[in-house]
Amino acid sequence: MEFVRKWVQIVFGFLTNGYWAFPFTRNIYQGPLKVICAPGLNCYSCPAATTYCIIGSIQQLLANVRLSLEGGQYFFGLYVIGSAGILGGLFGRMICGWACPFGFVQELLHKIPSRKFGVPRPLRYGKFVFLVVFVILLPALVVDEFGAGHTWFCKYICPAGTLEAGIPMVFLQPGLRANLGYLFLNKIVILVLFLIWSVLASRPFCRTTCPLGAFYALFSRHKLVKLKLNRDNCTSCGACHPVCPMGVKFDESPEDQDCISCMKCMTKACRFDAIYLEVGGIPVTTGKTVGQPVAVEK
Amino acid sequence: MTLTKRRKHHLVEKGPFIVIASFLVIWFIGISLGEPVRVIEQAVSICLSCIGIG
Repeated sequence: MEFVRKWVQIVFGFLTNGYWAFPFTRNIYQGPLKVICAPGLNCYSCPAATTYCIIGSIQQLLANVRLSLEGGQYFFGLYVIGSAGILGGLFGRMICGWACPFGFVQELLHKIPSRKFGVPRPLRYGKFVFLVVFVILLPALVVDEFGAGHTWFCKYICPAGTLEAGIPMVFLQPGLRANLGYLFLNKIVILVLFLIWSVLASRPFCRTTCPLGAFYALFSRHKLVKLKLNRDNCTSCGACHPVCPMGVKFDESPEDQDCISCMKCMTKACRFDAIYLEVGGIPVTTGKTVGQPVAVEK
Repeated sequence: MTLTKRRKHHLVEKGPFIVIASFLVIWFIGISLGEPVRVIEQAVSICLSCIGIG
């Protein structure tokens, strides 16, 4: 299953970054596919990006909502929120585990041999703060004299944007180098810190900072495709704890907000067939000799 | 218990379908307001300050 997941991650990485003419055009893709959202966190200013970024787009729309209203246009981000919500209702954070390029980068970095550390549990609530404050409130409420806001998360935080767009564009368009300043330095420092942290801990950005992951986490209980726990078979041996890249203790919280449905617990750890995949309430993974799954305590 | 028998014991969960249908409605409202045009306008132009340049 890990082999399949890696290939799915690679395929999604190429699908969302499939514009390979950029070394010749020295510009980003400007075709019609950019009306489709990237399921994972993938900067749409990346020269190879073929789709738009949910987080970047919602900030842009909220930052300019006053100007839109003045022009008689009601652009509140409903199209973007609708797209993200449909994906969330279908897959939730499974997208983080299977279709996010920046998540894939973090996984690759974590394979570098080094001493490994956990991520403190309280930090996982940070991503909700970034979603509410940096993606929604600040862009919508803090505006300049013309009524335009800023894309606060992209501008000051997003390491994916720096890696996929900021650095490549500086190389593609040398004229931009004259504009580099503290803003770029700040973003480079954040990127480097996250890259180092990814070597030492598993998926630190996904667990602590990613606003898209926070949005998808809201669907942890009501998503179509999810892993379930069969409590009849679970012996609470804890074998599912160390394999989880997100630090989820699946036997204790099977509907955890951080479960990315990578299925490592199901395929690599559980010897009692207590974890299975379910689509819309219907089990789809084969069991050997399992009992009737019981309702998960809430 | 085999997979087939397990499936018979399960009821289809309505929650995810309600969630998806709700966001489909939101998505269609966004389309009817013409938002995709604005989204693509934003996506095809580079916002330099958004990527830390400028």
